[in-house]
Amino acid sequence: MKLSAKYLPLVATVSLFVAMATFGSVSYNGFFSAQVFLNLLIDNAFLVIVAVGMTFVILTGGIDLSVGSVVALSTMVLAELVEHQHWSLWLAMPLVLLMGTSLGAFMGWLIQRFRLQPFIVTLAGMFLARGLCYIISIDSISITDETYTALAQLRIHLWPDAALSLSAILAIVVLLVGIFVAQGTEFGRTVYAIGGGEQSAMLMGLPVARTTVLVYSLSGFCSALGGIVFTFYMLSGYGLHAVGLEMDAIAAVVIGGTLLSGGVGYVAGTLFGVLALGLIQTLIMFDGSLSSWWTRIVIGALLLVFCVLQRVFEVRKA
Amino acid sequence: MSTSSLPMHKRLLSHSLFWPLVTLALILVVNASLNKGFWVLQWRDGHLYGSLIDILNRAAPLMLVALGMTLVIATRGIDISVGAVVAISASVAALMIGGTLVINDGVPTHVSRFPMPVAIGCALLVALFCGLWNGLLVAKIGLQPIIATLILMVAGRGIAQLATGGQIVTVYYAPYFYIGNGYLWGLPFALFIAAGTFLAVYLLVTRTALGLFIQAIGINPAAARLAGVREKLITVCVYAFCGLTAGIAGLIVSSNVKSADGNNAGNLMELDAILAVTLGGTLLSGGRFNLAGTMVGALIIQTLTSTIYSIGVPPEINLVVKAVVVFVVMLLQSADFRQAVRGWVFRPESNGGVA
Repeated sequence: MKLSAKYLPLVATVSLFVAMATFGSVSYNGFFSAQVFLNLLIDNAFLVIVAVGMTFVILTGGIDLSVGSVVALSTMVLAELVEHQHWSLWLAMPLVLLMGTSLGAFMGWLIQRFRLQPFIVTLAGMFLARGLCYIISIDSISITDETYTALAQLRIHLWPDAALSLSAILAIVVLLVGIFVAQGTEFGRTVYAIGGGEQSAMLMGLPVARTTVLVYSLSGFCSALGGIVFTFYMLSGYGLHAVGLEMDAIAAVVIGGTLLSGGVGYVAGTLFGVLALGLIQTLIMFDGSLSSWWTRIVIGALLLVFCVLQRVFEVRKA
Repeated sequence: MSTSSLPMHKRLLSHSLFWPLVTLALILVVNASLNKGFWVLQWRDGHLYGSLIDILNRAAPLMLVALGMTLVIATRGIDISVGAVVAISASVAALMIGGTLVINDGVPTHVSRFPMPVAIGCALLVALFCGLWNGLLVAKIGLQPIIATLILMVAGRGIAQLATGGQIVTVYYAPYFYIGNGYLWGLPFALFIAAGTFLAVYLLVTRTALGLFIQAIGINPAAARLAGVREKLITVCVYAFCGLTAGIAGLIVSSNVKSADGNNAGNLMELDAILAVTLGGTLLSGGRFNLAGTMVGALIIQTLTSTIYSIGVPPEINLVVKAVVVFVVMLLQSADFRQAVRGWVFRPESNGGVA
């Protein structure tokens, strides 16, 4: 059982997910079906994408509070370009991705070049992106473009009565690429090294400066992509979309077993973190008698349990 | 750069309150140029009336929250749950007071569900408990401050909504409105609460060794502990105090709008409070703090908001202005940035004149 120490947080998250799923299947009729679980992925596709970006940031020991606002800004820019300016979808989407990536790169550059705290830089980025939404429009812009709605409603049937949406497939692709980048590339190893100790990483001759900027750019890219997926889900652009998403993403990453101090964690864990959050919502929905605010309380309680457990492991190791 | 021969001018420039006050003055001037009646103060209905008074009144909750936040940040921590605590305290107070109109012998009188002091006491106690909880997670369990307070931030609004049943609770009890709308000696009562709290904290940290201890913890917690500072106890107290100030702010907010909304009361207040603290010259890395600066910082934010309103642009654009302010302030606080600017402005001569 040598492996289990390293993978313990991941195992804990997966067991939690399985336990909740079992509880749901036993308690509620119609819960145990492939589509319920695929819906978890469909409904939380944007969160998976955003949380993968956040995982990389947190692995370096940083934090990105701007993700929710960047998602909102992306939905807004997309809706404005496609609906009001009649841009082609295939031009608007790359532009949105470029915008998110540059915003992330700018924040990463500030953090790296001037030794600013990630918390406060991304906080300012959060204000900026949210404010820019309102400069475009105060009201929600709904998307009626035909290609767009067709893409949003696209369902890929895996087998009879089980389908995935385009956004869910995008989320899976992002996740797989994320796992590969984290585990199999020089960039990924540098991310872990920075989280383990920036000084040591620098002394080892790793490209710390470049990687830090890249990590925030990656998170910006993921947020913009999350925004695109969010428009598939909502078919509108609105400045109040994805309020508080940054906290959900951080919660998913932490529940997924990544340490906030950096250097420890897995991208795959983040998937289970997101799915666990989604499952809580599904359980509360299936129950029917519990009000929606219970979701927040349960997520808070889960966060507490996971953080305290992490802390216990840390202390034991030391 | 010529070395200044004016010690007075140098001392003024290097004073910790200089830049915050200059910022505030600038915004006030902009405000006054946009709004002709900005400086006008009138005596109306037995109290002072005018834009300035309005700003002071509205800034009071933020001042209180930011005061608590200053001490937390001084210990190298952060408390992102204050907005949720504001909502919890507001909900508890509004629920316990409730209030109905009862006609006694033909005279309509407002009756509260519980006596007002009991309701206020309970709301503050709950807020204090929230702060204590954060403090224990940080000091005893050793969680990172941002994650420890994230837990309450996520769960807190759920708790507030649980308490109010997801409804906006309206208060019908006139005496309670005095906290957020009343006037004492012609000035808003809320301002006295903020000023009183400021004075109490200021005296506590300057007249006792507490301020020194807090700074020591912020600079190096381990060293402070070895030097005999009761680091854990002080950390818990600082978070508890931050919860308490958020609770008082919650009372003012709910009294001002005569209701409590578990979902929106104190929304984004944690960010405004952190911003006020930073604007006031407190370092986010801990160790150096400036209580008076925080008060000025809170005023800057509120004046900025009022300016945006008076220009007539949508208030949401406020966020862009705030973002720019945060970017500028944090760059000015960064030693690396100042060095870089010096590098851009004063090129070393060995560099040659080629552009």
